[in-house]
Amino acid sequence: MTGIIVVGGGQAGAQAVASLRQEKYTGPITLIGEEPGLPYQRPPLSKGYLAGDLPPARIQVRPEKFYADQNIDLHAGVRVSELDCGRKQLITDRGDTLGYEKLLLATGSRARKLQAPGSDLGGIHYLRTLADVDAIARDFSPGRQLVIVGGGYIGLEVAAVAVQAGLRVTVLEMESRILQRVASPEMSAFYHQLHEERGTGLLVNTRVRGFVGRDGRVTGVQCGAEVLPADLVIVGIGIVPNVELAEAAGIACDNGILVDETCRTSQPDVYAAGDCSNHPNPILGRRLRLESVPNAMEQARTAAANMLGREKTYASLPWFWSDQYDLKLQMLGFSADADSQVLRGDMASHRFSLFYLKAGRVLAVDAVNSPGEFMVCKQLYGRTLDPASLADPDFDLKSALG
Amino acid sequence: MPKITYIEHNGTEHVVDATVGSTLMNTAVDNLVPGIDADCGGECSCATCHVMVDAAWMAKVGAPNEREDQMLDQNPDRLKSSRLSCQVQITEDLDGLVVTVPEFQL
Repeated sequence: MTGIIVVGGGQAGAQAVASLRQEKYTGPITLIGEEPGLPYQRPPLSKGYLAGDLPPARIQVRPEKFYADQNIDLHAGVRVSELDCGRKQLITDRGDTLGYEKLLLATGSRARKLQAPGSDLGGIHYLRTLADVDAIARDFSPGRQLVIVGGGYIGLEVAAVAVQAGLRVTVLEMESRILQRVASPEMSAFYHQLHEERGTGLLVNTRVRGFVGRDGRVTGVQCGAEVLPADLVIVGIGIVPNVELAEAAGIACDNGILVDETCRTSQPDVYAAGDCSNHPNPILGRRLRLESVPNAMEQARTAAANMLGREKTYASLPWFWSDQYDLKLQMLGFSADADSQVLRGDMASHRFSLFYLKAGRVLAVDAVNSPGEFMVCKQLYGRTLDPASLADPDFDLKSALG
Repeated sequence: MPKITYIEHNGTEHVVDATVGSTLMNTAVDNLVPGIDADCGGECSCATCHVMVDAAWMAKVGAPNEREDQMLDQNPDRLKSSRLSCQVQITEDLDGLVVTVPEFQL
């Protein structure tokens, strides 16, 4: 067999097959994904889908008809067990051997597992896949006590949905503040207060020692000498990139599959994109592994173009978003590199943006219910701006773009 | 089934069938219309599905909502007829709609 094979049916894989056809590639395309069903969007899983606002069809990346019309051979529920870069072929868990001209590894990531006594009890969930959320939904009833392990964005988004669904919620965070790895201390404090005000208990510096249960189901979470009662537990403590297939095939990996700015790996005709890839970012001047949909989509477009012999270089500023209650947070750039910050608007009003600067230049923004500031920061990035003007809500930031 | 015409920046026209209840963004994505990135998948978080609505259709398509308006307002390419296509629901009324896709999404 010839053509292009994409391993991984997440957002990067789904975007890559679409981009290949958009770029007028007419050869065979095979998309192999471990999960059953069509590729879907993950961001709604911890938001609207968990809340029951969206049926499964609404979160599909594209409808079934698309794959048939575009002649994309979709293998869902199939795992690739072996890759042989020398022979340019792979073997699936069904025993099929498939040859490729070009290969894209979009193997994504999986939820990091909590290793603690009792962690295999019923009622302890992770949140990564549609099936995970469907299982959570069966346990999600008003009045129940939910303990969330991990105060990252997934945990906090789930907390917001759960409180609104009438559950009683406690979030456990082992670091000294929630969002420690991904947000500034000011943003951590803001979200800590928000969740407390809505009735969620947040315990920082709290490490889970194990789980207790009855009849195979969790009834409590041990932290320190205490046991917190729990009817269900959701663990959100990060993700692990799926690099095993690449590693076993001799592809260079280091915190992800190493790629260059065109998404090429260390093996000829093998590319990687999305959560599983560790890539150079020319804007930030360093290597990164990003866990975000915009990155997955842009890398997929980049890989698709380069697989077809077109020059396309990945050079995007990282951005993320998170929806909690009626607050939409949009983040751009990496605030951790900043040496100063400027608040625009009033945090108490739940409508503000926190700009981060380094040597006077705009480096990042966290915009809460301030989509205009997020958009303008895309254009202000790297520019020197007077902090007093930036802080003045009456100052039109567009005028600084000139 | 409403027909929608998307015109690329270079003038290439894409006439596609839309489904009532879908969005103007999803219709473009499902039909591989170039120039609409739609990175956030329709959550009004990214503004990479910007289109300009043909003047004759403005009344039927309507004005942007508040969040959408704030995002569009910071886009130097914004026209009076600009919308984020993920916020436009497809209805039978939009049969024949013509929109233009900008050269770049911000």
